[in-house]
Amino acid sequence: MGTTPFRLTVDGVEIEAIEGQSVIEACDAAGIYIPRLCHHPDLEPSGNCRICTCTINGRNAAACVTPAAHGMVIENATPLLTADRRALIEMLFVEGNHPCPYCVASGDCELQALGYRLGMVAPLQPYRWPGRKIDATHPDIYLDHDRCILCSRCIRASRMEDGKTIFGFEGRGIAMRLNVDAEGGLGETQMAAIDKAASVCPVACIVIKRDSYRVPNGERRFDTAPIGSEIEAKRKGLPR
Amino acid sequence: MSEMQTTPGPRKIVIDPVTRVEGHGKVTIRLNEAGEVEQARFHIVEFRGFERFIQGRMYWEVPVIVQRLCGICPVSHHLCAAKAMDAIAGVDRVTPTADKMRRLMHYGQVLQSNAVNFFHLASPDLLLGFEAPVAQRNIVGVIEAFPEIGKWAIFIRKFGQQVIAATGGRRIHPRLCIPGGVNQNLAVEPRDALRADIDRIVQWCGAALELHKTFVHAHEALHERFASFPSSYMSLTGAGGVMDLYDGTLRAVDAAGTPIFENVPASAYRDQLIEEVRPWSYMKFPHIRSLGREAGWYRVGPLAQLNCCSRIDTPLAEAARRDFMARGNGGLVHATLAYHWARLICMIHCAEKIRELLFDDDLQGSDLLLTGQHRPEGIAAIEAPRGTLLHHYVVDEHDQVTAANLIVSTTHNNEAMNRAVTKVAIDDLTGHEITEGLLNHIEVAIRAYDPCLSCATHALGDMPLIVTLEDAEGTVIATRVKQ
Repeated sequence: MGTTPFRLTVDGVEIEAIEGQSVIEACDAAGIYIPRLCHHPDLEPSGNCRICTCTINGRNAAACVTPAAHGMVIENATPLLTADRRALIEMLFVEGNHPCPYCVASGDCELQALGYRLGMVAPLQPYRWPGRKIDATHPDIYLDHDRCILCSRCIRASRMEDGKTIFGFEGRGIAMRLNVDAEGGLGETQMAAIDKAASVCPVACIVIKRDSYRVPNGERRFDTAPIGSEIEAKRKGLPR
Repeated sequence: MSEMQTTPGPRKIVIDPVTRVEGHGKVTIRLNEAGEVEQARFHIVEFRGFERFIQGRMYWEVPVIVQRLCGICPVSHHLCAAKAMDAIAGVDRVTPTADKMRRLMHYGQVLQSNAVNFFHLASPDLLLGFEAPVAQRNIVGVIEAFPEIGKWAIFIRKFGQQVIAATGGRRIHPRLCIPGGVNQNLAVEPRDALRADIDRIVQWCGAALELHKTFVHAHEALHERFASFPSSYMSLTGAGGVMDLYDGTLRAVDAAGTPIFENVPASAYRDQLIEEVRPWSYMKFPHIRSLGREAGWYRVGPLAQLNCCSRIDTPLAEAARRDFMARGNGGLVHATLAYHWARLICMIHCAEKIRELLFDDDLQGSDLLLTGQHRPEGIAAIEAPRGTLLHHYVVDEHDQVTAANLIVSTTHNNEAMNRAVTKVAIDDLTGHEITEGLLNHIEVAIRAYDPCLSCATHALGDMPLIVTLEDAEGTVIATRVKQ
């Protein structure tokens, strides 16, 4: 991997990147936030949520799986892309059950935080009310399938970080679901609460038992600043 | 906007919806062949079904989920569920900081909710008169006629909500409790802000009581007679019979004040109470098991809290209690309108308790949470603003709720409210017409109980009243709807 920096522009702002970085990594380093859900800095990218889609050299592409290149012209925070992202978020909200008012992840949920950041007032699509059962068979962790947004973070974390194959998808299209590699549920797998897979869920699908609501209102992750603020804080001093 | 539909012949009256109550309800009055009131029923026409849809949820979610039953008393559900879940988590007694944080929140809740009932919902009837024009008989009319009372109404409620926000992060649907304790102590800054206002709040609650007493003294006969009847009562009481709105054991007394049962822990409520389902209302009818369906009904709420306790451990409220109980001439006070007087005494008690707690350093303690051995069942009770609230949960070995039963205050008062409506109908119905006066009086009687119909059926919606007048065959004579 080369380390010679090169330059590209994002929404008219010229930034520096190095070879091997994806567009989203280069933007993160430069303090420009591209909304995302499936991307996690500790995991290999998968490009399956499409929230980070940007217009790159005139064509739409997922920023998490597109290598940064010299001279790239990237559009990120445009009204059109923001509307597309909001539509994706809305579809995720109606596809599952996401009752923010009492959800254990409220205030710490990346889906909820993106809804706020992207200006989602109420979903325009009809709710599907799926009613999937909770898998609470594990003594320390439960899976609330109604919350799953199929981001695959847990699948990647389990395989690449934990050296296990606890999670996988079954089915295709609208029928695709997260599943575990045991007929009797999570409790029959080798999953442990200290696994990386237990800590990367962006919503409240994979939750540590008996640990909810311990952070008071006002002190939760997104209570004080919108999602992406920690990335944008790096941008201080850069030309706008 | 009121509507009236009338069909000829002997009939049934419907008041639909009942106004200035929390939820959807309607009243049906049935006449016999002679045209006399045979039966009056207060129907709860909403259904929400929280007991069913929390099944399968994790038990620590329940205190946060069930408070969504209601926007008026979410704190009561939050705290009662948390107490039940303490038992599931194997914690019999939370830390002093956790206990006092919960108590502080509860007193704030009872204070603000009782203020809503007395000032916003009931005071227009009491201060402006039952027969005052509808356009004036509301909180705006009260503020115009009595600006000082309008100030009390707004600031006492606001103060109670600030207490809730200081303890649980926000005024409505706060998050404080987790099974086994709480998630924060009381920060010094909001504590000091509350300290600055509390003396004034105590004083205003006392002034409101004095004002209400002038109404009572000016209408003694009405106060004693209106929708009144003797009854049994039930509430929680603390050690030695002291008033305790947060914890304690169940005590029930008959109309003469003789205990029916006492020192009954909430976990044994099924030994004493049984719930009956009737087909015309979504609200169940609980009664005292040993007395049976006909004689076992009872009342809960501020009047019961006063009638069941032997003393109050705050001085101003205790003095007010003695003054109040003197009206019973050595026995209990049974007047339905006395609910308001009792409610004001409870407000004074809560304000005094809040003052006590704001100067208690335990609230800045850091020992917030305990853990224990998982248990399969949790039952708890609390004295919510409207009376005894019972939460009962069964949880499986995977921490999922498998069964739930909630008996809310309004449900306990179901039979009493029906009797109050019947009493008013007998006293005030003339002919087959639903007059504005009858409508008003029925609503005044229902409002004394401060029913929360949303809670009672675990229901959702606006808050109207419907009165229907039926003949002996059940044919509708007249329906009146009030929005």
